[in-house]
Amino acid sequence: MSRNITYREAINEALVQEMERDPSVVVLGEDNAGGAGAPGESDAWGGVLGVTKGLQPRFPDRVLDTPISESAFIGAAIGAATRGLRPVAELMFIDFMGVCLDQIFNQAAKFRYMFGGRAVTPVVIRTMYGAGLRAAAQHSQSLYPVFTSVPGLKVALPSSPYEAKGLLVQAIRDDDPVIFCEHKALYDTVGEVPAESYAIPFGEAQIVREGGDVTIVALGRMVSVAVEAADELAASGVRCEIVDPRTTSPLDEDTILESVEHTGRLVVVDEAGPRCGTAADIAALVAGKAFGALRAPVGTVTPPHTPVPFSPPLEDLYVPDATRVAAAVKSVLDWKA
Amino acid sequence: MDDRITPVTMPKWGLSMKTGRITDWLAAPGDEVAEGDGLAEIDTDKIAGTLEAPAGGVLRAIVAEAGGDAPVGCAVALLAPGDVPQEEIAAAVAEARELLARGQPAEPDGTGPATGAVDVAGRSLAYATEGDGPETVVLVHGFGGDKDSWLFVRTPLAARHTVYALDLPGHGDSVKDVGDGGLVVLADAVTGFLDVLGLDRVHLVGHSLGGAVAGAVAGQVPGRVRSLTLVAPAGYGPELDSGYLRGFAGARTRRELKPHLAKLFADGDRVTRQLVDDLLRYKRLDGVAEALAALVPTVEALDLARTPLDVPLRVVWGGADRVIPASNRRSLEGRAREVRVVEGAGHMVHMEAPGEVTQLIERAVTG
Repeated sequence: MSRNITYREAINEALVQEMERDPSVVVLGEDNAGGAGAPGESDAWGGVLGVTKGLQPRFPDRVLDTPISESAFIGAAIGAATRGLRPVAELMFIDFMGVCLDQIFNQAAKFRYMFGGRAVTPVVIRTMYGAGLRAAAQHSQSLYPVFTSVPGLKVALPSSPYEAKGLLVQAIRDDDPVIFCEHKALYDTVGEVPAESYAIPFGEAQIVREGGDVTIVALGRMVSVAVEAADELAASGVRCEIVDPRTTSPLDEDTILESVEHTGRLVVVDEAGPRCGTAADIAALVAGKAFGALRAPVGTVTPPHTPVPFSPPLEDLYVPDATRVAAAVKSVLDWKA
Repeated sequence: MDDRITPVTMPKWGLSMKTGRITDWLAAPGDEVAEGDGLAEIDTDKIAGTLEAPAGGVLRAIVAEAGGDAPVGCAVALLAPGDVPQEEIAAAVAEARELLARGQPAEPDGTGPATGAVDVAGRSLAYATEGDGPETVVLVHGFGGDKDSWLFVRTPLAARHTVYALDLPGHGDSVKDVGDGGLVVLADAVTGFLDVLGLDRVHLVGHSLGGAVAGAVAGQVPGRVRSLTLVAPAGYGPELDSGYLRGFAGARTRRELKPHLAKLFADGDRVTRQLVDDLLRYKRLDGVAEALAALVPTVEALDLARTPLDVPLRVVWGGADRVIPASNRRSLEGRAREVRVVEGAGHMVHMEAPGEVTQLIERAVTG
């Protein structure tokens, strides 16, 4: 049975159901257990935005608080994964990943390959990304292309509550390390989610909307921005096909290519930067494998190559919005050689 | 309004449907139509289908033009005999257009299907129910389907009867455990469902695998089955496309699933993005892959052609059925009071030609 719940609740439900199903699933991170046992408190704080609330009283031995040392607890999670647990580590902001990159890039991502397939590292690192919350340059980045570029890591970017639950269940059951990127502006969005458990396979794009005029590939929070733009464009008779890859590694190349072969035009909307980002990656994919289908140059809509501004008016200009997406679609449609 | 004028209203196909868009009118003002004739193509965010004439008559006026949205329950066209004066039609059109312009649904709260679940021997079975007529019709879906497969026939039937559509074990919102996947497990679930809800004398309707299940129930408890209607049933006759069954059960992604779904319909355009999406959402649920895998050999081995059926039987098949061909009907000819083949419809004949299937069930109910 499906009902409407938030993105935050969907993630929480995936954790609860996987912990009930599989005793090897453990949760660790900053303030995941903190707050429990304090006077008047029956629950833990559940992390900085309360996503893991309710887990600690339910699984007191399997929800661990960690020191404010990302390199220590990410290393612990990766080590535990190699020894048979399925840890889900919560690393508050993706911006803080930098301090534990050796653990992620050089250890977790490499074990399966360097030990000839005899080691698995079923670890999930849940982390928040994205701008829009006035959190300034050190707490607002969209750094998933960094992880997408490293072979051995899988990268998921849920765009809705349904995707959040199903992709997290798959991440936990997956035998490879997964960087699970939650957009902080999506936690309160509501959507239809089955009460039962389900896994969405990695590397399968979702066709959010069908249309024949132009393909819009959008990721994470940009999916709802693309839908808003497509609604505006529909009023003037432009039919957009919206593709949400859901995971950047593995990437569902076939669905993107098939869509572009059908529409002949592509706009990629990405909250990561314009250099070495997902938009550039997908534009290169289509230019290389579907060039003959293209009737116009690929359009990209990304933030500028700058840190995320703290000034609210500047931050609003920084993040791609529906107006920019619609303008990019129009310029692709109007293009003349 | 003259009571000889019958408004054709926007149907409610599913709980979440609030409005529908008329994409095309299939009949023009002045056309004589029979009950069940296709009048318009309707699109919603979930499903596309054909709006059928609720009664025979002349299509006197179109209230909502193609391309327009209308709330559920709003009149979108008017049917009336040819001798109803034009002024009366014009007045009724003006009234209906005013309601449409206000975007006001004519639907009072609390109508439409109710959903629920019952516990049958410790296993949860979900269902939808609609209508409160004296006769009870129970609809049993096919392999991989669910209670909403009956959307287009459920509501018309509910105008006169009490209609239940259940989710078989392994399907929809019901328990996903199907035990050994045998036909008996499914038949016992349906019999248990009738017990728990106290449904003593019902008209059973089954599609595909659900047809085999309904037939088995009629064999188990013939005294409780007033009539049996089989819609492209599995197990009655030699032909079956195993490739479809295995392909559907094994598909994990949209790209794998979509080609199999095209086999279900005569008109491939019925396989919408939303249909593929809804089926994938179902197939991803924990336990579904195992349930379908367990059911495949059962469906393949079904052989009910010689099983006695001591209940009034009617059969309907789509002439263009590519999953269980209509030639299988031969095993039921002579045993059934009526065997109907609907040309131009595929395996999902109750979705492609719901009017024909509804009328057959009506004949089964009235005997």
